[in-house]
Amino acid sequence: MPSTAAIALRGIVKRYPRVIANDGVDLVVDKGTIHAVIGENGAGKSTLMKILYGMVRPDEGSIELAGRPVRFASPREAIAAGIGMVHQHFMLVRPLTVYENVVLGQEPGRALRWDRRQARSEVSRLSKEYGIAVDPEARVAELSVGEEQRVEILKVLYRGARTLILDEPTAVLTPGECEELFATLRRLKQAGSTILFISHKLKEVMALCDRVTVMRRGKTVGEKACAETSREELARLMVGDMEIAESKSSDFRYEAAPETALELESVCVAGPHGRRALSEISLSVAAGEILGVAGVEGNGQRELAQAVCGLLPYYGRIRRAGRAAYIPEDRHRCGLLLCAPAWENMLLGRHREREFSSPLSLDQAAIRRYGRALVSDFDLRPPDLEQRAAAFSGGNQQKIVVGRELSKSPRVLVAAHPTRGVDIGAAALIHDRILRAKAAGCGVLLISADLDELLALCDRIAVLYSGRLMGVLPRGQANLETLGRWMAGLEQA
Amino acid sequence: MRALIKSEGRWITAAAALSLAVLLLGVVGLGRNPALVLRLMVSRVLLSPYGLGQTLYKTTTLIFTGLACALAFRCGLFNIGAEGQVYAGGFLMTAVGLALPGLPAVLLIPLLLVVSALGGGLWALLPGYLKAKRGAHEVITTMMMNFIALALTNYLVMARFHVPETIHTQELPAAASLPLAGAFARTFQGSAVNASLLVALALAAAVWYFLWRTPLGFELRAVGANPEAARSSGVPVESRLFLILVASGALAGLAGVNFILGYKHYFEQGFAAEEGFLGIAVALVAKNHPVGVVFAALLFALLSQAGLALNTVIPRELFEILQSAVIFIVVICQNRLGEKA
Ligand SMILES: Nc1ncnc2c1ncn2[C@@H]1O[C@H](COP(=O)(O)OP(=O)(O)O)[C@@H](O)[C@H]1O
Ligand SMILES: [Mg+2]
Repeated sequence: MPSTAAIALRGIVKRYPRVIANDGVDLVVDKGTIHAVIGENGAGKSTLMKILYGMVRPDEGSIELAGRPVRFASPREAIAAGIGMVHQHFMLVRPLTVYENVVLGQEPGRALRWDRRQARSEVSRLSKEYGIAVDPEARVAELSVGEEQRVEILKVLYRGARTLILDEPTAVLTPGECEELFATLRRLKQAGSTILFISHKLKEVMALCDRVTVMRRGKTVGEKACAETSREELARLMVGDMEIAESKSSDFRYEAAPETALELESVCVAGPHGRRALSEISLSVAAGEILGVAGVEGNGQRELAQAVCGLLPYYGRIRRAGRAAYIPEDRHRCGLLLCAPAWENMLLGRHREREFSSPLSLDQAAIRRYGRALVSDFDLRPPDLEQRAAAFSGGNQQKIVVGRELSKSPRVLVAAHPTRGVDIGAAALIHDRILRAKAAGCGVLLISADLDELLALCDRIAVLYSGRLMGVLPRGQANLETLGRWMAGLEQA
Repeated sequence: MRALIKSEGRWITAAAALSLAVLLLGVVGLGRNPALVLRLMVSRVLLSPYGLGQTLYKTTTLIFTGLACALAFRCGLFNIGAEGQVYAGGFLMTAVGLALPGLPAVLLIPLLLVVSALGGGLWALLPGYLKAKRGAHEVITTMMMNFIALALTNYLVMARFHVPETIHTQELPAAASLPLAGAFARTFQGSAVNASLLVALALAAAVWYFLWRTPLGFELRAVGANPEAARSSGVPVESRLFLILVASGALAGLAGVNFILGYKHYFEQGFAAEEGFLGIAVALVAKNHPVGVVFAALLFALLSQAGLALNTVIPRELFEILQSAVIFIVVICQNRLGEKA
C-alpha cells in the first residue's frame, strides 16, 4: 500500500544491552506539517530520531520516504535524501565563524580555494529568508546557546534539508528565544518543509505543532491532532498511570531562626574583552530560603554560580555557611563523568568523606549502600549502579547530579537550571527534593531561565541583566511583566 | 574485577592472535616456510628456558614503562617521556649506589628503588609544573625532557663516570644486586630475568589498587575522565595534573631497576633502548589497565625476543614492523568496539 506520507517509520525496534529503546515504534508524518514526538526522558525519542537520521541502525523495522523504502547507513545518506537533524547537544567548531561552520564539509568553490564570499552571501541569504538572526561573521565561541542553535539550523538548511528533525530544541532557550524559534519553524513549514519536533513541554507542542505522537517506554502510545486533544490528555498518555504531584512551595517551611546562609558583598567578576561579567553584586540568602535568579542566558548567571562555588576568581566578599553544593548548568560538561559508572558519579566530591573512605581505601560496601539509597530515593532508571552515566537518559543523569549534591546535606546550594532538558516526572521530583533541602535549612540560589519554575519555587526572585542586579522581588509581588522588563534591561528598581 | 581481567585477557589474546597472523603473512610474503618459522618460534622462544627467560626479562622493563604510560593516559595526560624518565631514574640510582658502598642489601636495595622512582619523578617535575601552572602541553614538554635526559646521561657517563674504553659506569656494590631467577630455578640459568619481575608485578597490582581502590586514585581518574566535573566537585585539578605526571615519571624511573640492579649492575649509555617508547604501545594495547599492561608487555617482549631468536631465518625488521602493525590493529579494533559500546 503506497502512502503519501513524507516519512513513515514502521515497527522500529532497537535493543540496547540493558533496555529496549524502541519497541515496535510506528511514526507517520505528513508532508508540510510540524509533527511533535513527545514522551518522558528515556522514552526513546532520541533513539528513534537517530534511526531516521542514519546514526543508529535499527534491529527491526522499515523506513519509507514519500512512499519509497530507504535504508540509511550513515547520516551522510540521510542528508542526501533531504533529512537534517539539530541535535540535543550541539556539534559546532567553536573557534570558527558562523558561516564557516555552516558550510563546513560542503564549501562552495573548488577544493583547494573555496569561495568565502559566496559562502558568506549564501549564509546571509538563508538567514534572511527564514528570519534566523545571527551574524555570519561572529565566532561560534562567542555566541549564546540560542544563537548556536540557529547556526545548527542554518547548517541543516544549507545542506538542502526538506525534513528537519529538532531534538528538544527549546530545552536550552529563553522564552523570547523560543518564540523566535517557533516563528522560524512556522516560516519553514510555509515554505513546504516537514518538521519533526521533539519535546516534552506540552505547552509548546500545543502552540506549534499540527500532530503529535506520544511515546512511552519505547512504544508509541498515541497519535493525535493537536487541535483535537488537550494538555491533560497528552500528559496522561506520556506518563501512563503515574501520578505527578508537583510539590507546593508553601508546604515547605524552615522554622528555625533565619541565619544567613550566603552573602555577597559588591562581588565583581572579570569577563572577556576587559568587560565585567558581574558587577557589584550584593545579595543574601537566608537559611531555609530559595532566592531565584532570573535573566536571559549569558547575563552573568554562570559567573555568579561559579563565583559562589569558589570556581572563579572574584573581587568583593562572599560568605557561605558551608561549602556550597553545586548543580551545574551543563551536566555533561561540568556535572558528570560520562564514561564512569553511576556509583562513581554519585561518589564524586564525597570520596574524601569519612563515611566512604580512609586515605588508603574506598569503602566499597558503604559506597554501594549509599548508591542504592540514592537510586531508590530518586527513582533512578534503570536502577543500575554499574551502568555508565552516558547510557542514562538526560532526566536520570540529572537525578544523579542532584542526588549527589543534595546528599551532602548542604547549608548552601547553587542550582543552575536544575530541570533543563528534564521530563515532567523528573522535574517534579527534583523540585520536591530542592524544597525539602530548603525545609531542612539549606539556603538555595536557584538560577533558571524558566520563569514558571522560579515563580513556583522561590521565596524571592532577583533579575540579572548584563552582569548587574536589576532588582529583587518577594514572590508575592513578582509578576511576569516586571520580571520581563528587568530581563530586557529596561528599568532599574 | 574478575570480569575486567577476563575481558582484558580476551582482548590481548585477540591482539596476539592477530599479530601472529600478520607475522605468518609476512613470512609467506618473504617466501619462507611458515610452518618452519612457527616451529622455530616455539622451540627457541617458548620452549627454550633461555629464550623464555630473556622474554620475561624484557617483559619486566615493559611492565614498568607500560604502567607509567597507562597511569598517565588513564588520567588524561599523554606522557611520552617514559624513555627519558627511565634514564633519569637509572642514572640517579647508580650515582647514589656508587656513593654508598658500605650499606647492607636490606637497606640499599629499598633505598635504590626509591631513588630510581625519585629520579623518574624528578624528570617529570618540570612538565608537571608547566602543565599545572601554564597549561603547557605535556607531549611537547615530556618529549623535550627525553632529549635532555639522553644527552645529559651520555655526557655525565663519558665525562665523569665511565670505566675506560666502555660506555658504562663502574659496577655497583654487590649488595645492590637483585637475584637472578637462574639462582633459584636452574632452567633460567644464563638468562637475565631477575627479581625485578616480582617488583614489576607487585607494582602492577599496586597501581590497580591505587587507581580503583583509593580516594586519591579515584580523583586522578576523575580528572582524566572530565576535569571540569572534577573541578566542580572540589578536586584541585591543577595539583592533580602535576601529581599524575610525577607519579607516571616515578613508575618509568623504576624501569632501570631491571637492567641495573637485576642484570648488569652498571648504568650504560642508551640502555633503555626505546623501551620507554614501547611503553606507550603497551599501554595502548592494555587499554590503560594495569592488569592488561602485564599481558601486553609479555606480548611485546615475545615479539621482540622472537625477532632476535629467528634472526637467521627471517629479518629482525619484520618483527619491528609487526610491533607497529599490532598497534594499528589494536587502535582500529578499539575504535570499532568503542562505537558499539
Ligand atoms: N548508546 C546507548 N547505549 C545504551 N543505552 C542507550 C543508548 N542510547 C540510549 N539508550 C537508552 O535507551 C533509552 C532511550 O533513550 P533516548 O532515546 O535517549 O530517550 P529520550 O530521547 O526519549 O529521552 C534510555 O533508557 C537510554 O538509557
Ligand atoms: Mg533525548
